[in-house]
Amino acid sequence: MNLRTSLVLIALTGLIGCSAGESNVERGNREGILYFGNGTEPQSADPHVLSGSPEVNLAVALFEPILGRNPYTLAIEPGVAERWEFNEDRTAVTFYLNPEARWSNGDPLTAEDFRWSWQRALNPAMGNTMANSLFVIRGAEDYHYGRNPDPDALGLHVIDQHTLRVELSYPNPFALIRLTYIYTAPVHRATIEAHGKSTDRYSAWTKPGNFVGNGPFTIDDWKMQRFVIVRKNPYYWDRDNVALNGIVFRPIESSNTEEKMFRSGQLHATTTIANTKIPIYRQQPEPALTEGPFMGSYYYMFNTRRPPLDSLPVRRALALAVDRETLANTVLAGTAIPSANYVPVGMPDYTHPAVLGFNPEEARRLLAGAGYPNGEGFPDITLIYNTLENHRSVAVAIQQMWKTHLNLDIEIANQEWMVYLDTLENRDYDIARMGWTGDIYPGVFLDRLVTTGTSNRLGFANAEYDDIILNQIRATGDAEVQMALYAEAERVLLDEMPLLPIYTYTNKFLAQPSMEGMPSNLSSMINWKYIKLDPDAPAWKWTSLDP
Amino acid sequence: MWRFISGRLLQAIPVILAVITVTFFLVRVAPGGPFDSEKAVIPEVKAALEKQYRLDLPLVQQYTAYLGDLAQGDFGPSFKYPGRSVNELIGAGLPVTAELGLYALLFAMLVGSLSGIIASLRPNTMQDYVPMTLAMIGICMPTFLLGPLLVLLFGIELEWLPVSGWGDIPGDKLLPSITLGSGLAAYIARLSRAGMLEVLSQDYIRTARAKGLPEWQVVGKHALRGALLPVITFLGPAFAGLLSGSFVVETIFQIPGLGRFYVQAAFNRDYTMILGTTVFLSTLIVFFNLVSDVLAAWLNPRLRTQYASKS
Repeated sequence: MNLRTSLVLIALTGLIGCSAGESNVERGNREGILYFGNGTEPQSADPHVLSGSPEVNLAVALFEPILGRNPYTLAIEPGVAERWEFNEDRTAVTFYLNPEARWSNGDPLTAEDFRWSWQRALNPAMGNTMANSLFVIRGAEDYHYGRNPDPDALGLHVIDQHTLRVELSYPNPFALIRLTYIYTAPVHRATIEAHGKSTDRYSAWTKPGNFVGNGPFTIDDWKMQRFVIVRKNPYYWDRDNVALNGIVFRPIESSNTEEKMFRSGQLHATTTIANTKIPIYRQQPEPALTEGPFMGSYYYMFNTRRPPLDSLPVRRALALAVDRETLANTVLAGTAIPSANYVPVGMPDYTHPAVLGFNPEEARRLLAGAGYPNGEGFPDITLIYNTLENHRSVAVAIQQMWKTHLNLDIEIANQEWMVYLDTLENRDYDIARMGWTGDIYPGVFLDRLVTTGTSNRLGFANAEYDDIILNQIRATGDAEVQMALYAEAERVLLDEMPLLPIYTYTNKFLAQPSMEGMPSNLSSMINWKYIKLDPDAPAWKWTSLDP
Repeated sequence: MWRFISGRLLQAIPVILAVITVTFFLVRVAPGGPFDSEKAVIPEVKAALEKQYRLDLPLVQQYTAYLGDLAQGDFGPSFKYPGRSVNELIGAGLPVTAELGLYALLFAMLVGSLSGIIASLRPNTMQDYVPMTLAMIGICMPTFLLGPLLVLLFGIELEWLPVSGWGDIPGDKLLPSITLGSGLAAYIARLSRAGMLEVLSQDYIRTARAKGLPEWQVVGKHALRGALLPVITFLGPAFAGLLSGSFVVETIFQIPGLGRFYVQAAFNRDYTMILGTTVFLSTLIVFFNLVSDVLAAWLNPRLRTQYASKS
């Protein structure tokens, strides 16, 4: 009997709870407060410490780099700099800072702030893993790697309080994209130094109360694992164009929980959505799902130092036996763009080199030629991936394709993320999954695979490739020529086939119809300044559809 | 009595020291490190990071430095959350976990002792079998199964209760508290049933009945006090168990408690956070065990006189 009483009690409390008041979305629409599902708890708000999307989403509300970016066109637009100009041979840029630009405590923001901040970001003692965004500055790489310990040797010149001249490491037409990244944002020297050494990672300067930034918003409250609340910065130079009064960032790790919260009107937008939910959201009469391609590549790495993967015909045979179309349409429910290219599909102004598509007959012929007719005598190898349902589904499908088309029995195994990274670092694998996301610039994907590249875990070393990336591209300031050279580099890479490209990523997230200004874009970037809420709009309603 | 307490406290020191030592070296044996990411970190940056967190020192020196800090109550900085100390993280998570533990305990006490008493009144009848079978299921069913089942029923099918969160929407504390408390409720049900059966056969209960007292007074006033003694001594370690064992429930319901921090710290190889939480929780368990031992000694006259005569 007591059980029944408690069940009734639970039910009553639940009913009272669920019907109480308006939803976050409705209240947020009215008050101009956006409720945003932001994945995991942000590790830090310091732009020279952070990496990862939840941190970036938060930091772009709190800081503004020297240049901004339009979320619809991805065009570069004024940030702290109101205008800028290249010199004649495009080896330097002069930035003219907006005299109205201020810190959130009212202090003026000057060219010296940028010089100091960029020296800090590049200081090797900072342990900044994203410092390479600033490698477009002459001398930055040498300073960061400790080859030249003098920060004043960087190509940064303060002309006057509002003018900064930046010498570039080479005439790079894409240099300005890098300077829109949040990792290059300025930080407030006096605040940082009031809470410790300038290079301290363990510092209290980003806490509410201490924090000073220069972005459209500033920190109001931060409860770990619960929320970060930011409110409009009254000193921001473009405050009249900031529609929101504040944003509530909610750390929600599970995409299923996030989706349920969206459905019950607790969130305006989510970071992502589980693949399994996408088909049902596509059928909703009032659309809430946003989808679109973005510059990210999903691929398998071959360990070219181990037999039988040291043989090029074997690697090609494995690649030719993968039916990416079927994989993308069935296992991935149309949420991925099948691609045999490493540089993502849709890269603007870039012509992909021709690649090996799905050709099981040719695959069998190559495998037989390599000494394994019908897969006979093929050594035992394992395909590894980090533990995640999506990776498992892809691995199982490809394992099956290799069995069907080549008669190969390839094991699959998963590893916990940190163990996985350790395995990759020690190159203790045969075939391993990897992904890389970037921007509308092929260099983000290709530069890192030079022989000396720090993120080149493939063991790929090719003199022709290195020459294109390190010499030929840097010798020209012409964007078109650079694009053609990058395509040539990708051709060299795919001829050697140290990796097996599988698909290009897509953006997929839920957003209330009452909000605008958060389009899907190729760089998967958000500019909070553009987001507006309709004050009278109701929360989106789920419509039950008959099967 | 004081000798007993101080003796137990002295015994606790080597236990905690052993926990620190084993954890300290064990976390460093696990593959991967706190600064690993898919974007390979260049050696210069890695060295700078290790220097900031004293990881460049020899292991033994790191260990002694850690013990030194610990002696001053400083668990050190978190590796995963730069700018935050482990003390701060524990301070943020503990109140939530304690609140969850308290509600779970209240639920367990209420439901457990009531069903135990009801079962004991008519032993070996349906009134006994039904609650005891439920209790057996409660003991056997792990929280990672019960939690999603309750969510499925009350959150998704009936839409009565929120599916996750803590203090965000009214009613969101109910499902996690019930999930965490149900296993304990089952134990308490069995303990209180056994206690009641033993007490109900005592002479003084027969006397009470012979006096013509109504049954509810016999049970509620005379039997219950004696019957719940074993339950009370069980509560100390049980509460410590709830605090340290809540990580599954916290993960299922996205509760920002200590348990969730603990699990994430393990995935992130946040060495100081893993160590800090382990040391903190083991100290808590040792403490609650001590409290319940003292309580048991104090409640049991035989033990009490034994200690009194010794001191």
